[in-house]
Amino acid sequence: MHADPGAVLTGVHFLNGDQACCEGALAAGARFAAGYPITPSTEIVERFASRAPEVGGVFIQMEDELAASITLQGAVWAGARAFTVTSGPGFSLMMEHLGYAVMTETPCVFVNVMRGGPSTGLPTLPAQGDVMQARWGSHGDYEIIAVCPNSPQECFDLTVRAFNLSERYRVPVMVLMDECVGHMTEKVVIPPAEQIEVQPRRLTAKKPGDYLPYEPEEDLVPALAHAGEGYRYHITGVTHDEAGRLGVNAAAQDKLVRRLCEKVRRASEDLASYELEGPDDADVAVVSYGITSRVAERAVRLAREQGLRVAKLRLLTIWPFADSAIRDLAARVKTIVVPELNLGQLVREVERAAAGQARVIPVSHAGGTVHRPEDILSAILEGVQ
Amino acid sequence: MSNAVMEPGTLVQEPEAHNPVEPFLRMERIPHIWCPGCGIGTTVNCFARALMNAGLNTDKVAVVSGIGCSGRVAGYVNLDSFHTTHGRAIPFATGLKLANPELTVVVYSGDGDLASIGGNHLIHAARRNLDIKVICVNNLVYAMTGGQTAATTPVSSTTATSPYGTFEPTLNLPQLLEAAGATYIARWTTYHVKQLEKAMTEALKHKGFSFVEVLSPCPTLFQRRNHLGDGLATMKFYKEHSQTKHGASTADTGLTKEGDIVVGKFVVKEREEYIEGMTRHFTEHLGRPFEFKVRTC
Ligand SMILES: Cc1ncc(C[n+]2csc(CCOP(=O)(O)OP(=O)(O)O)c2C)c(N)n1
Ligand code: SF4
Ligand SMILES: [Mg+2]
Repeated sequence: MHADPGAVLTGVHFLNGDQACCEGALAAGARFAAGYPITPSTEIVERFASRAPEVGGVFIQMEDELAASITLQGAVWAGARAFTVTSGPGFSLMMEHLGYAVMTETPCVFVNVMRGGPSTGLPTLPAQGDVMQARWGSHGDYEIIAVCPNSPQECFDLTVRAFNLSERYRVPVMVLMDECVGHMTEKVVIPPAEQIEVQPRRLTAKKPGDYLPYEPEEDLVPALAHAGEGYRYHITGVTHDEAGRLGVNAAAQDKLVRRLCEKVRRASEDLASYELEGPDDADVAVVSYGITSRVAERAVRLAREQGLRVAKLRLLTIWPFADSAIRDLAARVKTIVVPELNLGQLVREVERAAAGQARVIPVSHAGGTVHRPEDILSAILEGVQ
Repeated sequence: MSNAVMEPGTLVQEPEAHNPVEPFLRMERIPHIWCPGCGIGTTVNCFARALMNAGLNTDKVAVVSGIGCSGRVAGYVNLDSFHTTHGRAIPFATGLKLANPELTVVVYSGDGDLASIGGNHLIHAARRNLDIKVICVNNLVYAMTGGQTAATTPVSSTTATSPYGTFEPTLNLPQLLEAAGATYIARWTTYHVKQLEKAMTEALKHKGFSFVEVLSPCPTLFQRRNHLGDGLATMKFYKEHSQTKHGASTADTGLTKEGDIVVGKFVVKEREEYIEGMTRHFTEHLGRPFEFKVRTC
């Protein structure tokens, strides 16, 4: 299925990341957004509010993020593709409903334009301190998908991908941007609608009466039916069986939660998305994501100018984590350098995946601005020794 | 059957009695979880009858509940049903209705769920006058979690978290809803089954935000702890202490522990409904009819 040309702004534009994210959502078929204003994410829904009427879409500004994060899910069950947008404190408020979307297998997209925390923190300045919250922020066991763009172009591309993955696997997908990427303005090329692939919703072919809302198909993902079509199903956040009957017991829990996790785990190859560049015989590799990857780029260039053999790996999908890519990298370099705008979050995943095969050096930063390339360079220099 | 005298202990085969509300219930999920004497089941019976009265295509009716004993209603109605999170049934219902305005969307939940944790959403949905129908089962406590104090608990009641009695002022729901802008507001008790059925029918047909409060006994956790007897005693109390006052000022509908209960239809107003307003507004803005094209899947 392709994007609807009526809503795709095909052409070459000069957009910031927030605006590009909005265009990505429209291209992916989103016609419903629920939000609550918060810097530095608000421009996404501001643009959506101005674009929605002409394409028959709806934006509703809810009374808080608790509301916004479930309003979009109501819209999904009525047949919409929907998203919500937030930052820091709002993301914290949305956590219960991220879990609700996991449990009810509601395809939807949560955009978090990261700013400095904890608490109100740095409302207008960047950080990457929410990457673990994105993974583990809601209570209970689950697997989640999160993509992480490093440019306005990627804000467009990865937002489309986020919607597609959410439909494919029936999980909430997060777009983790940061203040710099959200507010930076660059060239964005929006392709013609027929070149934008849109994943159709997995609607059931079964008739009411034969349909069970949580009966998994071969890839463990169940097919969905919309409200108002005579299916008369029950959707619940309580542990349930295939018919949606509550099952508050260990056996039902084991069956359901394992399937919810396994459907994402077994797709990790399809989900993994990263860029690897550099010499095969590199001594050091820099692993980064989001805005930090653009600073790392410069540090790697400076190191190469000094004759060092340095590779770089950039994560476009951060959850599920690219275990095998890091494992392979760790097998061939001496050291992996991990700069991030937090005091050491994703570096723990790198250490886990590297499993002692390479030395791992974090380059932490509490946020508020980006790294100095020299700080990453010194870690590279340290790593060569 | 012959006139022969039956041996004592012989089983009499009674003809299978069908209740007309059965098609609206998920009979296979019954027995339900509610205690003997609980009023929630009574409200569901009235709701099923209201669905029949309203003559709606029930394929297009969805019920959204939050969490609580009352929040379990969604699980028993034979409709599209959503059991959401504590306090957030209204925002979920808002998304459902906005994406498909053809649906009749009913929110069915408890006093704690709708008016305490979800109070903000209640206010704003009423302000918007979005066409959803809220049925609030008010048993004066947080029942599911063991009978703790709620915003609706009358002063001087004993609850699990107020062992020496409650002293906080009590929320008067009709007054709150009127101030917020609800366009249909009624209150009945589970004693008033006919009136309740009628109010629910009216709410289903009303265009705009409708709120039906139902006082309902929780003998297990409220009445017993307060020495107010069982479910039957509560029905007697409702019968003796209810005063029907249609159009009563909602300033006078506050509840006390053993005082009179003002019941009736308090507010029926005409005001532009949210989706109508949105459609009018964007039609003016676009200079052509605004068409909902939200359902792209
Ligand atoms: C976020 C959250 N907080 C607390 C709870 C625990 N909890 C479940 S039901 C309930 C109270 C329900 O009270 P009410 O809505 O009045 O329903 P009732 O059981 O009285 O019918 C609470 C506090 C929860 N499920 N979720
Ligand atoms: S605890 Fe109270 S409200 Fe809950 S089912 Fe029992 S009587 Fe009803
Ligand atoms: Mg209650």
